[in-house]
Amino acid sequence: MRLSSKQATLLVLAVLILVSPAFFPSNYYYRVGAMVFVNAIAVVGIAILTGYAGQISLGHAGFVGIGGYACALMPLHFGVPPLLAVVLGATLSGVIAWLVGRPILRLKGYYLAVASLGFGVLVAMVLANEGQVTGGPDGIKVPDPGARAWLTGLGLELSNAQFWYVFTGLFLLAGAWLALNLNDSATGRALRALHGSEVAARTVGVDVARAKLMAFVISAVYASVAGSLLALQNRLITPDVAGYMHSIELVTMAVLGGAGSVLGAILGAALLTLLPQVLTVLQDYEHVVLGLVMMAVMIFLPAGLLPSAQRFMRGRGE
Amino acid sequence: MSLLSVQGLGISFGGLSAVRDVSFAVNAGEIVSVIGPNGAGKTTLFNMISGVYLPKAGQVRLDGETVTGLRPDLLARRGLSRTFQNLQIFQQMSVLDNVVVGFHLHERGPVLSDLLGLPGARRRSRASTQGARELLERVGLARAAEREAGALSYGALKRLEIARALAVRPRVLLLDEPAAGCNAVETEEIDRLIAEVADSGVAILLVEHDMKLVMRLSHTIVVLDHGEKIAEGDPATVSRDPQVIEAYLGASAEVIDAHG
Repeated sequence: MRLSSKQATLLVLAVLILVSPAFFPSNYYYRVGAMVFVNAIAVVGIAILTGYAGQISLGHAGFVGIGGYACALMPLHFGVPPLLAVVLGATLSGVIAWLVGRPILRLKGYYLAVASLGFGVLVAMVLANEGQVTGGPDGIKVPDPGARAWLTGLGLELSNAQFWYVFTGLFLLAGAWLALNLNDSATGRALRALHGSEVAARTVGVDVARAKLMAFVISAVYASVAGSLLALQNRLITPDVAGYMHSIELVTMAVLGGAGSVLGAILGAALLTLLPQVLTVLQDYEHVVLGLVMMAVMIFLPAGLLPSAQRFMRGRGE
Repeated sequence: MSLLSVQGLGISFGGLSAVRDVSFAVNAGEIVSVIGPNGAGKTTLFNMISGVYLPKAGQVRLDGETVTGLRPDLLARRGLSRTFQNLQIFQQMSVLDNVVVGFHLHERGPVLSDLLGLPGARRRSRASTQGARELLERVGLARAAEREAGALSYGALKRLEIARALAVRPRVLLLDEPAAGCNAVETEEIDRLIAEVADSGVAILLVEHDMKLVMRLSHTIVVLDHGEKIAEGDPATVSRDPQVIEAYLGASAEVIDAHG
């Protein structure tokens, strides 16, 4: 039986997640892997918003912040179990995205970029300044969700790093599955259509404003879940996760990997998470090389890493 | 009652009137062509009828219901679809997906079921893909289905737009220069296709520079000049009208020739 491209993508991803630990020199790399997965979850959301629908947001770290702080503040102030806080945080992010998206998604291009940037800055400011509630600029502790202890009780002994590697890996697989389903559905096609031509999308009956809002809300939920996982894993969350640098990082990962493709988004997240780790051997020149790599990719592979590689492979196959 | 009727439609840009007081009607199964020299306001008229521009004066009625200035997606729901003179293709999508999108109104469902890939969403996707393949067959693009749309020739893209517009299953179809840039064989195919669609009961409004095609297909021809209707009637009457010959066939003959 031939695999559909969706099944093939999920299979590649699952194999990578399963096989990578065989090459880990130490337990520390499980942590790095989990960081890649967490970033990748947020970037898959960006792939839906930017890659499918062609809308830019420089404020999505704001939703990462909301998801992260939900896991710290809801248990602290309301006694909500941390894993339920992930769901409530995602819901809250979705509602806020809906409220914020309605006015700002009327804007296009750099106007939208600046407006969304403003939203992200706003969230980061609130998190840093409302010290009595949020713990202020130094961040706040996040409770243990207790899932690892539960697994140990079932006889499955995992180190902390291993547990988070598996846990975030499963979330990433689920996120990729949803995004791939969407891509091949009426909603996904409508998003790609309005990316290509808004007026033509309208003439076939696509409610463009609603479709954009949908993409914005969905991508906000992805960012929020990524933020929650980040907070739960680190047991600490600080306002920088909502900062504009983080927003820009997420967009860069998506564009570098190939904004239109789920696997590309994951590749971009992996590259920009791992490269700084690898480049530490260059010490002072780390950021210079990182910057040069990013520029080189965009100049020589403007479609992003994965789509360019796929095109190259197809070209050779013919 | 006419499926599409336009009464006293007018619009101006920056104080200059582009279209003024234009009225006509199209019945089910009928082909009405709008002709006139370049800049006569044909595409502007199309844009007003299809909700891209908001008319300053007049009314558009679909099956008796006033739909003036309604958004294009709401008009699509009421059965009005169109193609564009300067192509509006979804370049990054496959030829097939370009047409599948045309089925949007028939295949859309809850976003959650799309995300989860529920059986209902998959069934709807399959149905519209099936329908899109049939339409591609009909416009002669079946073999290009999996190619990226941006890679097609101009004439093929024109047919792709028609296929996409038909996917909406329109009651009224607006075709803006469907044969422009097509060779003789392609023009003949488009000619046959338009006649077929009209025979199936769709009201067709056509803008076209290919006079042979217009004369052969049209039941009624509306002639615009400087944004105003100067004549209306069957092909034989219109082509004998002295005002039309003066405004269109005479003065601007070179322009027509240039557009083949």
